[in-house]
Formats: sequence, C-alpha cells, structure tokens
Amino acid sequence: MSNLFDLAVTVNRVRYERAVEPHILLSDFLRHDIGLTGTHVGCEHGVCGACTVLFDGQPVRSCLLFAVQTHGHEVTTVEGLGTIDNLHPIQEAFHEAHGLQCGFCTPGILTTLVPFLEQNPNPSEAEIRAAISGNLCRCTGYQHIVDAVKLAAEKMRA
Amino acid sequence: MKPAPFKYYAPTTVEEALTHLAEHGYDAKVLAGGQSLIPMMNFRLVQPSVLVDLNNISELSFINPDENGGLRVGAMARHHQVEVDPLVAIQAPLLHETMPKIATAQIRSRGTFGGSLSHADPSAELVSVNVALDGRFRLRSQNGERWVPAHEFFIGLFTTVLQPDELLVEVALPAMPVRSGWSLMEVARRPHDFALVGVAAVVTLDENRLCQQARMVFLSAGDVPMVAHRAAELLKGQAPTRESIRAAAEIAASEDIDPGGDIHATAEFRCHLANVLARRSLEQAFERAAGNE
Repeated sequence: MSNLFDLAVTVNRVRYERAVEPHILLSDFLRHDIGLTGTHVGCEHGVCGACTVLFDGQPVRSCLLFAVQTHGHEVTTVEGLGTIDNLHPIQEAFHEAHGLQCGFCTPGILTTLVPFLEQNPNPSEAEIRAAISGNLCRCTGYQHIVDAVKLAAEKMRA
Repeated sequence: MKPAPFKYYAPTTVEEALTHLAEHGYDAKVLAGGQSLIPMMNFRLVQPSVLVDLNNISELSFINPDENGGLRVGAMARHHQVEVDPLVAIQAPLLHETMPKIATAQIRSRGTFGGSLSHADPSAELVSVNVALDGRFRLRSQNGERWVPAHEFFIGLFTTVLQPDELLVEVALPAMPVRSGWSLMEVARRPHDFALVGVAAVVTLDENRLCQQARMVFLSAGDVPMVAHRAAELLKGQAPTRESIRAAAEIAASEDIDPGGDIHATAEFRCHLANVLARRSLEQAFERAAGNE
C-alpha cells in the first residue's frame, strides 16, 4: 500500500521536505529521517518526557505526534537551542550547576524549560518542580536540576 | 513501540470529517489531541485502519460566551488554551482551577477538551467536572445533530453514547447561579498523575442560606463519573454546618461511589480518601457560595 504523504516542516529554522508514511512518529522522523538524534526516545507512551520538543513554541511529546501532523508547522529540538560555542543560557546553567549525569533526559528537560522560563522569569522552587514534573530523571534526584533552573532563570533575567 | 500503518485523512471542515466517519464506521478512529489514542496505538492496543485527524479543523477551536451567561467550548480547544483563557477564568472558575491539574504541560499543549470527554476515562478531571457543571454536549453526524447532557453521555468504562459516525463538536456550560460555590480536590502521588480519587463539587445556597443544591461528582471512583445522589438528597434544604457536611461526606463515600482496588490503592483506601475529600470540598464550596451573593 503506497500511502506516502508529502511533508514540509521547518525544524530549527531549516525547511525539510520528505515523503513519509502517516504512522511515523515525530520522534522517529526527527531521529531517523533527518538525523537529529538529540531528541531522545524513552518510553514512547508519553510518560518520561525525554522526547519533548517545541511545536510552534509549545512543549509537546514528539512520541505522541505523527510526523505528518507537523506539516506547515515549526519544530524546535535541542539542537536548535544553542551551539557548542554559543550555548543557550539554560544549557550553560545545566553545565555549570551539574544539572545532569547521564544526560538522557536532558534534551527533553531543556526544551520543556525554554517556554516555561520565558513565561516565568522568576519561578519559585515549587513552580520549577511542577514545570519539570513531566520529565523523568533516574540519575540526579532532581536537586541539581532544580539548582540549574534557578541559575538559568537568573542568567535569562540578566 | 510503533503504531501499525493506517490510512490518514486530515479534513479541514466538520462536514468533511463526518463524511469520512460515515464511510469508514468502526474501522475509523478520530484523532484529536492524541494524548491517549497515540499511546494506545504505540502499544498496538488499538490498530485503526483509518485515522481522521481533526487538528486542521480550525472551526472547532473556539471558546465563546453564550447569550445566557454560559460558555461554549469547541471540541478542539486545547487544555492549555482553556487554562489561560480569561473568559473561562471569570465564567467557569471550577474549570479554570481544574486545568493546571490535568496531566503535564507537554500533554496540555496538545490534549483537547472534546478528546478527553470522548475518551471517557473515569479518572479524567474534565469528565467529572463537566458532569458537575451540568454541561451539555453537541454531537453531530451526517444525519444531523443531538444534544446530550453530560451525565447521560458517559455509560461505561471508556464508553460513551457516541456512535461510530458521530463527532462531539461542542460543549455548552451553563452560567453558575448566584450563591454558588465550587471545589475540585484530588489526591495523586505526583502533581500530574491520575488521581487515586478526586471530587468536583458545585453547591448553591437559597435566599435563607440553606443548601438548594449540592452536586458532588467523583473521579477514579467507579466505571463512570460517580454522582453523589444520596449525599445531595441529605444536604438539600439543610444549613451547611460542620455536622451536615460530615454526614453527607460519609454517605457519599460509603453509598454513592464504587471504586475498585489496584496496585495504586485499595478500594477501602479510596473510600477513605473520598470521605475526606468530600468533606473538604463541600466546606470550600459552601464557603465560596456564601461569599458569592
């Protein structure tokens, strides 16, 4: 059954045109079709948050979206936040405050935090913990992540 | 895991969507926000051969006031959209308070009002809240439309009166009468988890400050949203005192609900929580009603 869909989507400000099958998840499209492996795939049923990307600026789970649904929309992955030489302030803060250990959950946490910190420049610890409650981390115990978010908020306010 | 292949339609109008549903019947599934359907497809618990995606139907994304002071919410209004809508905050404070408790920010970006109701998970906040608010649902098919009250819409576990060719397109929420108060309380292990038990309460006082109506609807307490009928009867015409509230909460938790036990909580523990939550939510709702003349 030839069932291909002509998809045109902007990812990290670059336009991609690909023919995809409708049942391909956005997470797999990003990783396998266009080679952006920064988006990690954990549970594939919307629990772990590792695959979080920004869809038209809002955080979404890329395993709970079909790639075809992004036709005509904008997606931002962790690769779109900053570069090695020019890190996003949230990435800098995670580096400095040791906000990660194995790093598997980190891309999803960073993308979740971008709109959160833009809308909440001075969040309380409770607000920070609620904001990342949809992102599971099995290494850190979250304390250093919370510290990193506080530092990131400071950097973004400056 | 990966979903099985399907034929994909992305209509841009309701008519077009209804045509696809009429043609494909039980083989088709409607894709709204996809935050429950896609996990089930990823696990291959569901393998629809046709998917009708509503996300390009912009006419279903509205939140509007109606002429009687109530609210109309389109089936494709996203949870986040409802959460931040200023009209909802003023006209439907119970709904406004409910939204941040639903799942996580990532789910609320995509999840939809109509999708949550059509999925009919008895643990979902919106299901019980719409019954508590006496919502009415507009269902459309190629053969016409019908309005169904929320309390008649949910008929079993994940089961509604929706026929395979029908679509929930809109919800009408009436204005709350004067001297009304509301509350939503739940117990969950983490903020965004499905609640072990929760309750939505809406109460109205009469001119003598006696209880005119008290509607409590429990979530995660049975196969459908559980309306506390006996507790409501007990409170009707009574002054909302500590004693009458306590008695109503007891009846609600022992006679009006039918929770099951699972790895998260025993049925007995759920009944205990329901009793405590019923009491606290009634206290809060009556207090708000008294201040809401």
